[in-house]
Amino acid sequence: MMRLLMLTIVLAGLSACTEKPQTLSGVKSDVAPFQGAENQFAAPGWTRGDKTSWEQGLKARAQNTQNEYSKAK
Amino acid sequence: MARMKFVCDAERCIECNGCVTACKNENEVPWGVNRRRVVTLNDGVPGEKSISVACMHCSDAPCMAVCPVNCFYRTDEGVVLHDKDVCIGCGYCSYACPFGAPQFPASGTFGVRGKMDKCTFCAGGPEVNGSQAEFEKYGRNRLAEGKLPACAEMCSTKALLAGDGDVVADIFRNRVVQRGKGAEVWGWGTAYGSRQAGQPAGGKS
Repeated sequence: MMRLLMLTIVLAGLSACTEKPQTLSGVKSDVAPFQGAENQFAAPGWTRGDKTSWEQGLKARAQNTQNEYSKAK
Repeated sequence: MARMKFVCDAERCIECNGCVTACKNENEVPWGVNRRRVVTLNDGVPGEKSISVACMHCSDAPCMAVCPVNCFYRTDEGVVLHDKDVCIGCGYCSYACPFGAPQFPASGTFGVRGKMDKCTFCAGGPEVNGSQAEFEKYGRNRLAEGKLPACAEMCSTKALLAGDGDVVADIFRNRVVQRGKGAEVWGWGTAYGSRQAGQPAGGKS
């Protein structure tokens, strides 16, 4: 009887060993968008990995697609 | 580069909901989640104004301040994003956000509430840029494709402007000068500070 009780206590104690750790891992690091996307949908006119090129491309796109006053001139 | 910003020109918005549809389609946002929506002020009254509202990617984001697990981060471009693997769906960000941006899907790990979902400025999340994993969790990463958010690019009247803060401010300023009215930018003071909204400190947005 005593042995069974001890076995139960030991098993109950070991059950915690199967639990997954729940420590907060923190936010994963993100890669900058100018590094490009791993798909075939990239807009033409800028060089992947070149921050300046990416910024200029976006600025030009913003002007060309959103500023109709620049088209009217 | 300045920070990425949204501007909604209330003089131009015709409440067509094209931005909402573009966002839903581009990011395959589930039923019941609206990352972007059109709000009409004084609906039915002559002179009513409509504005397209989503996460404004605030300079001093209240959602980031209240998140108990720090799942938010800000990119170098000023886009406020979050890690869904860290989010516990507590909803604090929903109460803190002045724009009602955080959305909670009714299905997922946390049952009724689910993990928070919001506009990403079409910049995805902390997964590999353009990967399937990123798309399934956060939607498309158009910035990494050299494109601007789908909502702004699809706007039929170009009421919704998105992009580099200096560029969109310049486009909007030119419009105001040309038409001679409609200089009010809804939400800019709240999101980016009153100085950037062209108003004195402490003024209402």
